Formats: sequence, structure tokens, C-alpha cells
Amino acid sequence: MEYFLELFLGGLTRGSIYALIALGYTMVYGIIELINFAHGEIYMIGAFTALIFASVFTLLGFNDLSILLLASLAAVTWASAYGYTIEKLAYKPLRKAPRLSALISAIGMSIFLQNYVLLAQTSDFLPFPRLIPHFSFMDPIVHVIGSAELVILITTAVVMIALTLLIKFTKLGKAMRATAQDRDMALLSGVNINKVISFTFIIGSFTAAVGGVLIASHIGMINFYIGFIAGIKAFTAAVLGGIGSVPGAVLGGMVLGWTESFATGYVSSDYEDVFAFSLLVLILIFRPEGILGRSTTQKV
Amino acid sequence: MLELLDINTYYGNIQALKGVSIRVEAGEIITLIGANGAGKTTTLMSISGIAPPRSGQILFEGRPIHDMEPDQIVALGISQVPEGRRIFPFLSVMENLDMGAFLRRDRDGIKADLEHIFEMFPILAQRRHQQGGTLSGGEQQMLAISRALMARPRLLLLDEPSLGLAPIVVRRIFDIIERINRESGTTIFLVEQNANLALKIANRGYVMENGRITMEDKAAGLLVNEDVKKAYLGI
Repeated sequence: MEYFLELFLGGLTRGSIYALIALGYTMVYGIIELINFAHGEIYMIGAFTALIFASVFTLLGFNDLSILLLASLAAVTWASAYGYTIEKLAYKPLRKAPRLSALISAIGMSIFLQNYVLLAQTSDFLPFPRLIPHFSFMDPIVHVIGSAELVILITTAVVMIALTLLIKFTKLGKAMRATAQDRDMALLSGVNINKVISFTFIIGSFTAAVGGVLIASHIGMINFYIGFIAGIKAFTAAVLGGIGSVPGAVLGGMVLGWTESFATGYVSSDYEDVFAFSLLVLILIFRPEGILGRSTTQKV
Repeated sequence: MLELLDINTYYGNIQALKGVSIRVEAGEIITLIGANGAGKTTTLMSISGIAPPRSGQILFEGRPIHDMEPDQIVALGISQVPEGRRIFPFLSVMENLDMGAFLRRDRDGIKADLEHIFEMFPILAQRRHQQGGTLSGGEQQMLAISRALMARPRLLLLDEPSLGLAPIVVRRIFDIIERINRESGTTIFLVEQNANLALKIANRGYVMENGRITMEDKAAGLLVNEDVKKAYLGI
């Protein structure tokens, strides 16, 4: 039972990270129907930014917790700026072009950013400081869930709740939902679509960078390629949950995290990807719109 | 108030509007009638900036608006009720109305307008928490008109408000349109296939064929015009 609980919480932690990244895919898709393949790279850039700032603040003698906060702040700001710029450079000029053009532009952007970081940094794995402190009150249950995992779960929960409130109750959130449901009608209501799109990219990049910093300081290593793997997994999570649906991205992330965690724990870690992607295939066959996705037919 | 001067609008390589000129005076109801595919919807979309004209001018109160973004045009006081109503299906009735007032900041004014709308359409007040997509066709049309009114427009563009509705509901909608024009002095640009009904409430009318304006007259004149009768009134 304890083993099960450990796997369950491990899957939840892993799933939280997938969910944080998947949110970006799903929101961007909801607004402009583009799979933003460069999104995984935003997560990677978030982790690298945090590493650089963490190194600087360590040299300046800050303590772990304040380094974590400052480095995270730098990472989300930097990553959001990247997300905003990528949209303006690579997608906005193609908004009226066939959809495939923007998709190819996204893939190009992804390759460019990977290689940019490869050249600017290194191809080796870099050690990432374990910034999340160990809490002594966690000692009695440390064999089930560690401090880092707890921090990841809580942070993810806070981000999700804030995002849900933003989408549900703010004017901008309403404009996002309206744009996703009927873009021309949103325009006719006076929504400035460029602002909504930019904002969507900024939020998506923000959550991805949060995920990047958390997982990097949990695992303790990063390289230029982590965004590709995490991106594919998070994209899978978004499709599982139903692309375009925010709660779907969260649920998809969790389901994927659990699948991998239980597959690793009860079968073999060699098969974690087999189970993850088999699940995707099954969903695509039996429920192509995803767990919480809406079928596209609407009443006119 | 609104002037279209020789506008040409294209969808890709297909020319949908060919040298269209239309004049709308403040306070009047004008109607644009014509068959399916004549270019009526495109005309409204050109005015709203969704399908901007490739050449020609659109002036609103003397100011050129053909280069403006759709949200700027809404801000000037032009709202549209598009064909097929285009209710946001997964937003509640309340949220749909909020979207209509998207550019407004005057909370008190918005509240007063909302009350006015609920008085005009009590059914919307009853259903305010329901999702827009679950409303009946007639209710959706009421919501679409209300949403446009929430922007407090000076010019209201209406695209086929009678489409797909039962005759009794159509009657009701047209009464409301007349009432909006009479009570708040909102200028109305009405596109309709139901020419008979449209010409009865309009001051003036234009007839469109294949992207061109072919006739223009007082509504009463068009109602008795032999060609119009044959082609659009089914008499």
C-alpha cells in the first residue's frame, strides 16, 4: 500500500509538471489552432535562465529559498519574453497563411532554439542546484513523498487555481474564451485579437518556465534537449485531456504521470514510454477529442 | 452618417463587392436586400473591418474607417449582429452580454443598459446563467441583438435577423428593431432576404445583385417596383 502511495504521489508530481507545460499547448491551440512546437524549448530556456541566475545569486551569498524565488522570477520573466517574441516573429506574419506554414515555422523555431542554447551554453548535462530546501517536518513521510515533490505539488496547485480564476473571472479571460469559441465574433465585440494572442503566449510560457525551474531543481540536471522530451510528453498530455481544454490539460498531465509512474513501478522503467504512448494511441482511437475535449460540432 | 464609396472587396481572388456605394443617414433604417451570395454579408463585414475593402472608401461621420481594426470600429459606435447570430456557445448569457460591453468602462451605464435589456427580453434575465449554446434560435437572436446593444452603438448592423426563425418570432424581432430605432435613435442597417418584411420597416432600401448595387429607392417605392416584386417579394 505504501509502495502504491509512493507511486501515486510520484505520478502526481510528474503529472503536475506535464500539466504546467501542457497548459501552454492547449491555450495556444484554443486561441489560434496552432501546435506550438517551440513550447518545450520555452520550458528549457526557463530552466537555463534559472540556472544562470541561481549561479549568480549563489555567488552573491543568498540563501537557498531566496535564490529559488529570485531565479524563478527571472526564469518566468525571461521565458515569457521569449514566448511573446516567438509569436511576433514566427507566427504572426503567417496568421493568414495556410495552417501548415505556421506549424512548420513552429518546428523551425524549436530546432533553432535548441541549437541556439547548444551553441550558447553546452551540449553536456549541467548540474542544477537543488534549490528546494529539505523540510524536517516531512521526515516521517519522506519515504512516500519528499520536500521537493511537496513544493512541486503545491506550486502547481497554486498556479492552476490562479489561472482558472483568471480565465473564469477577468475581462481578459473572458476575451480569451470568446476568441477560442468564435474569433470573428470576438473581433466584432471589440476584442483586440493581437493582445489576446500575445497574452496567451505569455501565460503559457510563464507556466512552462515554472515547470522548468521546479523539475530542474528536483532532478538536478539540465541540458539543451530537455525541452524536446518534456514537450512531447506534455503535448501528449494535452491531447489526452482534449486539446483546447484547460482542465483537460491538467487531467491529461495527471493521467500521463500516473501511467508512467505505475508502469515504472510495477512493470519496468524501460517501458514507461511504451505505456505513455500506448495510452495516447488508445485515446486517439476511442475518444479522439480527448477525455474532456468537446466534439467540434456546435449548434448554429 | 455612414458612406460607402465605390468599395471593392475580395475573398482571395474572388471579387465579392464590385464598386458598391451606399449612404446611410443618421436615425434612419435602411435595408439591403438581395439573393443568397449577392454580397450582402460581405458588405457588412467590410464595414466592420473583418473583410476590409481592397479599394474604395468607407466613411463614418466623415472619418475614413476602412483601414481601421475591427475593435477600433466597434469603439467608434458601429456594432454588428452577424448572420447566424454567432452566440458564444460556451459562455453564459450574462457573459455573452458582457462581451458586448467589452470596450466600455462606465459600470453604471452598463448596469442601466443591462436592466433595460432584461426589461425588453425578460427571457434572457431568466436564462442569464445558462450557456449561450443551449438557447433556442429565437432566444439566441434576442441575445445577439442585446449583445450588440450593450456596446451602445450609434449604428447597428443587422445581418438576416429573421433567418431560421418561426414567423411569430420574426415579427417580434422586427418590432424590437423598430423600437430600438424609435426609442434610442439608433441608426439601423438591415440586411435581409425577407424583403417584404424589411422594406415595411425601412425608410430606404438598396437592392444588390452579384456584388453590385442595382437599385436604390425609398422603401415604399421598392415595395411597389415591378422588378423587385418579381424577384424578391414573390408576387
